[in-house]
Amino acid sequence: MKRYSAFAIAREALRNHTGWERAWSSPEPRRRYDAIIVGAGGHGLATAYYLGKNHGVRNVAILEKGWLGGGNTGRNTTIIRSNYLQDPSAAIYEKARSLYETLSQELNYNIMFSPRGVMMLAQTEHEVRGYRRTAQANALQGVDTEFIGPKRVKELCPIIRLEGPRYPVLGALWQPRAGTARHDAVAWGYARACSDMGMHVIQNCEVTGVRREGGRVTGVDTTRGPIDCDKLGIVVAGHSGRLAEMAGFRLPIESVALQALVSEPIKPVMDVVVMANTVHGYMSQSDKGEMVIGGGADGYNNYTQRGSFHHVEETVRALIETFPMLSRLKMLRWWGGIVDMTGDRSPIISKTPVEGVFINCGWGTGGFKAIPGSGWAMAELMARGEPGPLAAEFSLDRFREGRFIDESVAAGVAH
Amino acid sequence: MLLLTCPYCGVAAEETELAPGGEAHLARVGPEGTDDAFHAYLFEKENPRGVHFERWRHAMGCGKWFHAARCTVTLEVFGTYPAQTTEPPEHIRAAISAKRPGWTWRDLA
Ligand SMILES: Cc1cc2nc3c(=O)[nH]c(=O)nc-3n(C[C@H](O)[C@H](O)[C@H](O)COP(=O)(O)OP(=O)(O)OC[C@H]3O[C@@H](n4cnc5c(N)ncnc54)[C@H](O)[C@@H]3O)c2cc1C
Ligand SMILES: [Zn+2]
Repeated sequence: MKRYSAFAIAREALRNHTGWERAWSSPEPRRRYDAIIVGAGGHGLATAYYLGKNHGVRNVAILEKGWLGGGNTGRNTTIIRSNYLQDPSAAIYEKARSLYETLSQELNYNIMFSPRGVMMLAQTEHEVRGYRRTAQANALQGVDTEFIGPKRVKELCPIIRLEGPRYPVLGALWQPRAGTARHDAVAWGYARACSDMGMHVIQNCEVTGVRREGGRVTGVDTTRGPIDCDKLGIVVAGHSGRLAEMAGFRLPIESVALQALVSEPIKPVMDVVVMANTVHGYMSQSDKGEMVIGGGADGYNNYTQRGSFHHVEETVRALIETFPMLSRLKMLRWWGGIVDMTGDRSPIISKTPVEGVFINCGWGTGGFKAIPGSGWAMAELMARGEPGPLAAEFSLDRFREGRFIDESVAAGVAH
Repeated sequence: MLLLTCPYCGVAAEETELAPGGEAHLARVGPEGTDDAFHAYLFEKENPRGVHFERWRHAMGCGKWFHAARCTVTLEVFGTYPAQTTEPPEHIRAAISAKRPGWTWRDLA
């Protein structure tokens, strides 16, 4: 793999850009791999990357039914933060956030991580108390957050209206090191690095069955033929229930649609991310100038990647109330993704009832921020067959045993 | 935009008039239930890609709970029926079979 650098750009400029290589190869599938990952979203690709990098497992294929990052990884609003409440969450989200800080250098691929700061508005007394508590918990967890007053909120984000018609801004939970990144680039950067290690990233290859013998996985059936493997990692977000069914077990997951939209591009008006959980909407401005907007998930099961219009209406209403200057903006694009919701709003990174099958899912509305940490933890689990400290609490049997990791409050608005 | 006809008052209600209530026809597990039965009842939700049965409430209308049979891939509605039943009535099953031959849901077919 040729490295990307300022020098490479200069060299290619002089020879009409004829020397760029393909970022990853598209090989024919082999008959057998040591490990197969189903799903080339961020979590699947990061799992493969750390399997190779941290554990030396390189005979790996990542099978994707559509295109690289075409699932939720390429559909999210790219908020990265780690100000959750429970210790296991803080550990894995903060691991991910800190890996994001140096990911561009590590992958030699510009993922445009922008630690511009994330502000979660407190608009009721209850929220004020909740976020003060989160700030205290974060201090103990070593996550840098702070509760700030309305004056500071206005300094950080001048376009906010503090005296909204329904809910005044009473303060905010502020995480200065949180921010955003370029979602496609995260998938592409990991894919390029995996390909460079000799792994096979295979697109347009849908897994249709999981082969088992005596309670152990032996391989998968795909639209490009059967492929054998010793270990199988299922990392397919909204389709987790389908894959689990193929492997013969069930998951505590429901799939629902979550939507987002972007406006026409305008000049820079805000350089932080603002989330308003009470009125239910959040917003940031992309480098192109578009306002990136998201809100709540739909309330019923859905596999269509399209959501209900009234949620968009509610989100936009909430944001106009918070940022009156938005009222005359035109919206350019609007889309949905199928998110995998667990009852405690925490993910599952776990062994399964089938030996050799591992699952990473349940990131729901908020897993983009977790990609590097999740891949790190899942790779450790797959390589050793046992979870390390990051994954241990997120096992599938926590539901049966009542060890919930309740983040329904910290998860707040769906993002 | 989902439109469901309330089987009680007959109103073709638009989604904003309704409240979703999750999976239908759950058999509650009592104190004598096994751990497995409790686990399945509480957590192992039906999450089909295809035919699904749900509870809905006509929240902004007559207030009644009812059931709906829907497809989660096309968002097509096969029919709605009152809540006083433990399984979908025959005419609903027939309507589904006409459009999705060979469908299954839990132990129904
Ligand atoms: C609108 C929206 C906004 C969001 N905003 C945020 C945010 O601001 N911050 C945040 O942290 N998170 C956010 N999220 C959540 C985040 O996008 C997801 O949690 C995360 O991207 C999940 O990544 P993944 O790799 O697990 O899944 P995906 O990226 O969905 O990848 C799974 C892949 O598996 C493939 N697949 C499925 N079935 C098969 C099969 N049978 N065979 C082969 N391949 C298969 C799919 O095609 C897909 O590419 C948002 C989500 C949405 C929808
Ligand atoms: Zn009614």
